[in-house]
Amino acid sequence: MKHLAVLAALLTPLPAIANPDPSDWTAVTEEAEGQTVFWNAWGGSTTTNDFIAWVGERVAEDYGVTLEHVKLTDTADAVTRVLAEKQAGEDDDGAIDMIWINGANFAAMKEADLLFGPFAEQLPNWAFVDVEGKTVQTDFTVPVEGYEAPWAMAQVVFIHDTADLAEPLGSMNAILEWSQANPGRFTYPQPPDFLGTTFLKQALVDLLDDPSVLADPATDENYAEVTAPLWAFLEDLTPTLWREGRAYPASGPAQLQLIADGEVDLAISFSPGEATAAIANNQLPPSVRTFVLDKGTIGNASFVAIPYNSGSKEAAMVVANFLMSPEAQVRAQNPEILGYGTVLDMQALSDDDRAAFENLELGIATLSPAELGTVQDEPHPSWMTRIADDWADRYGVAQ
Amino acid sequence: MRRGLWAAPSKRMRRRRFLPLLPALTLLAMLGPVAAGLWWTLLPAFGHLPAAGLTGPSIDPFNALFDWQGLPRAAFLSLSTGLIATAVSLLIVTLVTAGWSGTKPFRVLERLLSPLLSVPHAAAAFGLAFLIAPSGWLSRMVSPGLTGWERPPDLLIVQDTWGLTMAAGLVAKEVPFLLLITLAALGQTDARQSVNVAQALGYGRLTGWLKTVFPRVYAQIRPPVYVVLAYSMSVVDVAVILGPNTPPPLSVQIVKWMSDPDLAMRLVAAAGALLQLGLVIGALVLWRAGESLVAFLGERWICAGRRGRWDGVVAGTALFGGAAAALAVLLGLLVLAIWSFAGFWGYPDALPNGFTMRNWMRHGDGALEALGETAFIALVAATAAVLLTIGCLEAEYRYGLRLRARTVWLLYLPLLVPQIAFLPGLQTLLLGVGAEIGRIPVIVAHLVFVLPYVFLSLADPYRAWDGRMGTIASALGAGPERVLWHVRLPMLLRPILTAFAVGLAVSVGQYLPTLLIGGGRVATLTTEAVALASGGDRQAIGVYALMQTGAALIPFALALLVPALVWRNRRGLRYG
Repeated sequence: MKHLAVLAALLTPLPAIANPDPSDWTAVTEEAEGQTVFWNAWGGSTTTNDFIAWVGERVAEDYGVTLEHVKLTDTADAVTRVLAEKQAGEDDDGAIDMIWINGANFAAMKEADLLFGPFAEQLPNWAFVDVEGKTVQTDFTVPVEGYEAPWAMAQVVFIHDTADLAEPLGSMNAILEWSQANPGRFTYPQPPDFLGTTFLKQALVDLLDDPSVLADPATDENYAEVTAPLWAFLEDLTPTLWREGRAYPASGPAQLQLIADGEVDLAISFSPGEATAAIANNQLPPSVRTFVLDKGTIGNASFVAIPYNSGSKEAAMVVANFLMSPEAQVRAQNPEILGYGTVLDMQALSDDDRAAFENLELGIATLSPAELGTVQDEPHPSWMTRIADDWADRYGVAQ
Repeated sequence: MRRGLWAAPSKRMRRRRFLPLLPALTLLAMLGPVAAGLWWTLLPAFGHLPAAGLTGPSIDPFNALFDWQGLPRAAFLSLSTGLIATAVSLLIVTLVTAGWSGTKPFRVLERLLSPLLSVPHAAAAFGLAFLIAPSGWLSRMVSPGLTGWERPPDLLIVQDTWGLTMAAGLVAKEVPFLLLITLAALGQTDARQSVNVAQALGYGRLTGWLKTVFPRVYAQIRPPVYVVLAYSMSVVDVAVILGPNTPPPLSVQIVKWMSDPDLAMRLVAAAGALLQLGLVIGALVLWRAGESLVAFLGERWICAGRRGRWDGVVAGTALFGGAAAALAVLLGLLVLAIWSFAGFWGYPDALPNGFTMRNWMRHGDGALEALGETAFIALVAATAAVLLTIGCLEAEYRYGLRLRARTVWLLYLPLLVPQIAFLPGLQTLLLGVGAEIGRIPVIVAHLVFVLPYVFLSLADPYRAWDGRMGTIASALGAGPERVLWHVRLPMLLRPILTAFAVGLAVSVGQYLPTLLIGGGRVATLTTEAVALASGGDRQAIGVYALMQTGAALIPFALALLVPALVWRNRRGLRYG
């Protein structure tokens, strides 16, 4: 049976359009000229949208590539779309050419063979990427293997309004105690929102004495025991939350709006520079600052991936490569623009490029790399999926 | 009479003509996508999705649906918000019309109708959310002065567990719609005479109207009332902004399932969509039963012969309700306008700490691009709808192909079937046949919703056109084509433009069809605004929501202005 399947696969005629070879960069850029890339990326943050628009202008100038930002409310929408196209036999020119992706969505797409690649490590700018110091070759413990290209580093920080909460809180238990003393002044985005599940993961990682168990997939045997401290923590925390946990903000930025409205004093963020950028954009009061937990906080990379059925793979690779360029990375790190961490290795850069990074003002509410402290690993995606489902059963349908 | 005047065209002639086919074509454009979409929702709901290697039939999707713990609450929310919103809207409209029609306050409301109607649901919901939240504008205006609040109170108002705020948001938008429909219906009942007679018999104005006019009016506005009920039960964008989320109403949960990376969830979504359809049908049956009850009680009330002692109080309360609905939308728009120019605006400041053009400069380009897409889709869809409608009405006039009372319901069918029940199926179908993703399928999907509104808004003025004008023209030697193009259409310029504007406004406001059928590639002002809502950046939402409202409102203004300019030397024109 197995041999038959292999034979059938071999006999199947090759698709009409052969996949490009990422290592032949001249051919890639030649093909890319005139192509349009539909980049599906979450569209809820206006600073990110502006950055993507700028990327579009730059790749149009340099490579003649047109970049269209398809603004998603949920990255899973894009995954569904590619899946639906595969079922419908749309294998040559799908609606999506590039996705801002990581974690469970990447794991699902890679598992289902929905991605083009490997391509990332053949891109010219990969030479600058810091493969030693940054987690760019695994994504939530799943090996990347060149199926997505990193473009930003993220780490959990907590944004606090110093007008109401002056001092940083060092642990999840400290947050709980503070929330009990100040009921109604804290909340987190509603899981399965990305940032909401991040809060749950961060809580679990911080509450466990030894979080290394989270590096392996969750099993039916160990899941209940390992997550028990998290549910006990939430049992105490939830009644003290904003609106007593009967409503949650839909997303991270919606949660920031609550700080601006004076409704809450503390919020989680996955971008150390977000608070500074939000102050500059009049979205947060100038009194907010950020902190990390004593034991450290979770960090990961944001990637772009190319669906297997994109009709503009060359142009998508050009965009992915441009995102890893020192020019784009320094702009992304600029807290007045985006404030995302870079994926590049400072030692690999030219003196001029390195100076550009060093000359960046970090911004009033951004912690320095040293202050950001220990970066904790993401748990295996299976933990997040199960925790998000359980959360929905316990708190998502509470009333 | 008409048949006598217009000899039936010969068989040969009819075969050559395209016109008689138009009514069938129009029905196909409206009902075809609905039927196809429902079929492709039905199959996966019973576990049949061959493209994914799943073959049914099986009831697993329904088992999974009923396993979801939030289901009872989500289904209850769909029913309760729908019934409350519809009942309250109808009550306000009926009592305001009964107590105040022909008076000055009523004329003010009438004049506000077009702007109120053209505000898209999503924009109205944003505005309302910021108006009434504990940290909202109303609270800011009286804090800390009157309330002493330095920080907003921790009260669950927006997204309340019972969906009351969501129902209020729907009421604010449905009151203008029902009022418009009621006004149209009033024109066909000799309401004034009836009320005059009733008043001469000693009845109060309001009681007299309710007892003599309401039964006749309600018989005419029944289909749109059902539309409001079906819409309110299954709306998605308003529910996302104002509705509860622990759990959300069923329609929102279906959209969430649709977008789950796990394919099996699509089957659950399809099962949920069928349940939603069942809930809507159930609610319509319930409403119908309620109608009988009201009719029974009403008859006894009429026979009892009370003259209406509480008229003043009731009419006053109703006017307050109507004014509050109108104010909520208008104040909401005002506050969105302020946000679009706002610098930092913290609690409890009544106004931002500074005004800036920055928001418009940041978002202006993107919003203009979305406006272009919105305008293109709306213009094509509305033009197609107006042409098809005129074709149908002309065919009806020339060949007597008149819709019977029963078939009038067909017009309302696309509006009665919840969007969430058939659009996912339509998306699967379009993908299956390999239809090119992009504007054209979106325009076809918009046409499903634009056509009924255009038809309903144009049909009455078109039929009311004085046929003697045509007789005179043909006596002067004009053929049917010439009568149509040189007499009838110019005379009907204003209602045609109004119908066109209605079509544009409906298209501009469409969220789900654009999102699901456009596959994310078609970005209109509405999809962009709702996507931004998930981010909560009010400055950006302000910019997009204002543009969205403008896109829907300006055509209405033009529909008033253009005929006045074109016919400035034809003052005698009845519709000019």
